[in-house]
Amino acid sequence: METKSLTCVVCPQGCAIEAHTEGGRIISISGNKCKRGESYARTELTDPRRTLTTTMRVEGGALVSVKTKGTVPKDAMLDCMKAINAAETKAPVEIGDVLIRNILGLGVDIVATSRVKGV
Amino acid sequence: MFLVWFFYFAVKGMTDLVYDVAVIGAGISGAMIARELSQLNAGVCVLEAADDAAAGATRANSGIVHAGYDALPGSLKARMNVRGNVLMADTVKELGVPYENCGSLVVAFDDKEEAEIDALTERAARNGVPVMKISGEEAREREPVLSGDIRCALWAPTAGIVSPFELAIAALENAAENGADVFFNSPVTAIVRDGGVLHIEAGGRIVKARFVVNAAGVYADEVSRMAGGESFSIAARRGEYVLLDKSQPVRTKSVIFGAPSEKGKGVLLSPTAHGNMILGPTAEFTDKEDTATTREGLQAVINGARRYAPSIDARSAITVFAGLRAVCDRHDFIIEPSKSAPGLVNVAGIESPGLTASPAIAEYVTQMLVSMGVDGSRKNGASRIRRPIEVFAHATPERRRELIAADPRYANVVCRCEHVTEAEIVQSIRRPCGARSVDGVKLRTGAGFGRCHGGFCMPRVMDILARELERDMKDITKSGPGAWILGGRTKGESL
Amino acid sequence: MKADVAVIGGGPAGLAAAIAAKENGAENVLVVEREAHIGGILNQCIHSGFGLHVFGEELTGPEYAARFEDRAAELGVAFFTRTMVLGISPERRLTVVGPKTGLCTIEAGAIVLAMGCRERSAGALMLAGDRPAGVLTAGTAQRFVNIDGYMPGKEVVILGSGDIGLIMARRMTLEGAHVKMVLEIMPYSSGLKRNIVQCLDDFGIPLRLSHTVTRIHGKKRVEGVTVAAVDGKGVPVEGTEEYVPCDTLLLSVGLIPENELSRGMGVVMDAVTGGPVVDSQMQTSVEGVFACGNAVQVHDLVDNVTEEARRAGRAAALYLKDKSEKAGCFDTHAGKGVRYVIPQKLRADGQPKTLFFRVSGVFRNCATVARCGGEVIARSRKIICTPGEMESLSIAGDAVTGSVVVSVEEA
Repeated sequence: METKSLTCVVCPQGCAIEAHTEGGRIISISGNKCKRGESYARTELTDPRRTLTTTMRVEGGALVSVKTKGTVPKDAMLDCMKAINAAETKAPVEIGDVLIRNILGLGVDIVATSRVKGV
Repeated sequence: MFLVWFFYFAVKGMTDLVYDVAVIGAGISGAMIARELSQLNAGVCVLEAADDAAAGATRANSGIVHAGYDALPGSLKARMNVRGNVLMADTVKELGVPYENCGSLVVAFDDKEEAEIDALTERAARNGVPVMKISGEEAREREPVLSGDIRCALWAPTAGIVSPFELAIAALENAAENGADVFFNSPVTAIVRDGGVLHIEAGGRIVKARFVVNAAGVYADEVSRMAGGESFSIAARRGEYVLLDKSQPVRTKSVIFGAPSEKGKGVLLSPTAHGNMILGPTAEFTDKEDTATTREGLQAVINGARRYAPSIDARSAITVFAGLRAVCDRHDFIIEPSKSAPGLVNVAGIESPGLTASPAIAEYVTQMLVSMGVDGSRKNGASRIRRPIEVFAHATPERRRELIAADPRYANVVCRCEHVTEAEIVQSIRRPCGARSVDGVKLRTGAGFGRCHGGFCMPRVMDILARELERDMKDITKSGPGAWILGGRTKGESL
Repeated sequence: MKADVAVIGGGPAGLAAAIAAKENGAENVLVVEREAHIGGILNQCIHSGFGLHVFGEELTGPEYAARFEDRAAELGVAFFTRTMVLGISPERRLTVVGPKTGLCTIEAGAIVLAMGCRERSAGALMLAGDRPAGVLTAGTAQRFVNIDGYMPGKEVVILGSGDIGLIMARRMTLEGAHVKMVLEIMPYSSGLKRNIVQCLDDFGIPLRLSHTVTRIHGKKRVEGVTVAAVDGKGVPVEGTEEYVPCDTLLLSVGLIPENELSRGMGVVMDAVTGGPVVDSQMQTSVEGVFACGNAVQVHDLVDNVTEEARRAGRAAALYLKDKSEKAGCFDTHAGKGVRYVIPQKLRADGQPKTLFFRVSGVFRNCATVARCGGEVIARSRKIICTPGEMESLSIAGDAVTGSVVVSVEEA
């Protein structure tokens, strides 16, 4: 049996979770204060995912802050950055506007998290 | 270098401008000399290696106007110190520079140190400087934070404090307003004599002058040799400092020195002209570029200051820095025409009390140059007055309203700690020899000198510099070429 | 000019306080903000992790700020942006200056201090060595990257494992910089665990605990730093020095509440928090002057700032309605294992209260306990307590009959 220590990152409480696995199979999960902690540990051990936040160019030189609407595989973050850095949007931008649909075919949109007024 | 000379001789005669005097160095000595010369009917230029005035010892020293009891009677140092102290009050008024005649105390803890104080009292009498020996209790009455172990002290009422870099900047600005040409980023690499004219290679250009004043600080020995002048040696003695926040409660009104010992003058504790407290310096010989602070040095500074005022709390430090003093092997100021290089006047080995002495040095060198053949008649329209940048934070409410009415940028506070406004920053950039870097703005306006030390205002100052100088923000530096702040744009552009 | 409630600072604390004041009946509520935009530091905190407690969802900084800004606008809160408060008199008269207002005074019925905090700078650390360009606080770097769109360097060492430093380690890595290491002088990180996982571990950035920078190298621009291990007292251990080439040193070594205005008007300060002494209604020692957010204590979650600010804003509105003599106060004290307790004073008004505090070290399998006259009035078992994460205890309204001591005890 193998024991893995994880820090839950679902919320800022950061529960210290212990997971016991055997042959890649999860046997028990403890230390989490809520159910989301358990599902985080399961995902983190099998398919770690992250919300990516960054900025994107707006025509005319400004920047708009953006995020993935939902999580993307941890390993895909740098590729997503490349795609976002290559893109440019136009003002005006409203919070929640989809700026890149289905980035890299991951099934996740890039949405604006701040406003940019029109010119 | 050879290419420059080749180019120069190839096009010789294209530029006929010959300055009467070229001053090498825009530290306190060079700037004050240039200012004095700019009053005369003489063509003057200043060649400075760094990107701004006051880049060497002038930027990093105690800022003390010494009374003059310390210098060896009969020495040039003593003469210049005492005269400089007298001239300082008018000089700072003319130039609009922060100054306070706050007096100084030399404190003694034991017999040996008391004997030193008695020796200083005697020196003071010979130098013509008023001093008074007072008891430990009297010293603590003046300065309640002083140690209970202090037995007696020497009170020198004519000592004071001044902002050293602002004095140099203001003097240079005044010189430029009176017609002096100032070249920054122009380190002197060669000096050649051709007839009665000295050809100076500096920063890739050739400047011609009949006389050269060598006020190159720690490099004055090299400049003298370059010109075929006397061979003396200047060593760099590093002094480390700790600057405390204005809001920290342990303060003194006057400058506190320890009694001199075989180790030198020791650490001092003083208010600054801007209302901070300064502790330092150490004294250690090092190389001419080594302005790094050390753990040991800073600890020694704090321990030294705590000896006088045990309640000093170093946690209120807002910055630490080190400066290099130009220490000459002749143990006195060298201010004289070169015997071997006609036209060269050396102003070398100007260590402490060089700041105090600077108005006297300027007067002395100017008289010297006039006696050597520079036109001593006063220039029509030359002014000794330099209008300072009006400080919003110090203005009365009525004056603040007037300032805002005249320039709405006075209503935009950029530096939140020191309450420096956009108007002041814009003026610091637009003036003659104005700010070209973040440090340049800081020295002229105080933006970034406060407790956050530029954390909030640096991006805004850079933005204003970029706008005023019509450059991209990433081309704005901390202190000239090489001191880049921003590498490039985000979004994968090359850094 | 007049305002019923004047709020100093338009960050998360100021916005929540202004909204709460308005919702509780204050008519003329004014927020004075020195930046051009409302929202404070949230505008540059483009990462997510905000709002889980307040909104039940995870938002980025700008999104969190926008919700409050919209609500404040809807309620008719007035904003003075690019406006600096130069001073406040104990009679609650503000002197402000800004392009819109010029120099003017504002008479306020009540004041909420919400100035936030600033970062400790290199000078305050007395870092030895040169003073080149390239040494900057993590927050300044964050502004350059996220607002101005510039990279402050490419080979980066970060001193201090505060949250902004960790966030910037990830942010600069994502934008193509090489973050070589994060150094923490303490044997534990002061940042949130999730940030260590998501900002460092995810990118293979080493966190070196009990390490510090002993010297900065570089005449014009940073060329490298000397790194050394420290002993239990934080003193560098000789022989452990290592030269690390880099062009940038980011500092994330602590936040200091901004209280020049509070001090200037004579508000009694707490030497441990660096903020004003407040009572359970967030009122300072000066009547009618309330305080909240990072100006009172440095929080690690904006949600807690919002809750604290709501209390302050509501109390300010109620103060306007009823200025009659208030019930007496009992003191709170930090006991064993506790660094400070907020509020420092509890009103004897019978209302339930929450105590916020930070522990002074790392404690495992312990209990945080509040006692009044020796009696336990609140207790919470903990698997782990660290100085980096704020703790709280709720106490019943009738439990407080004297001064309250909060300490860490055995579980």
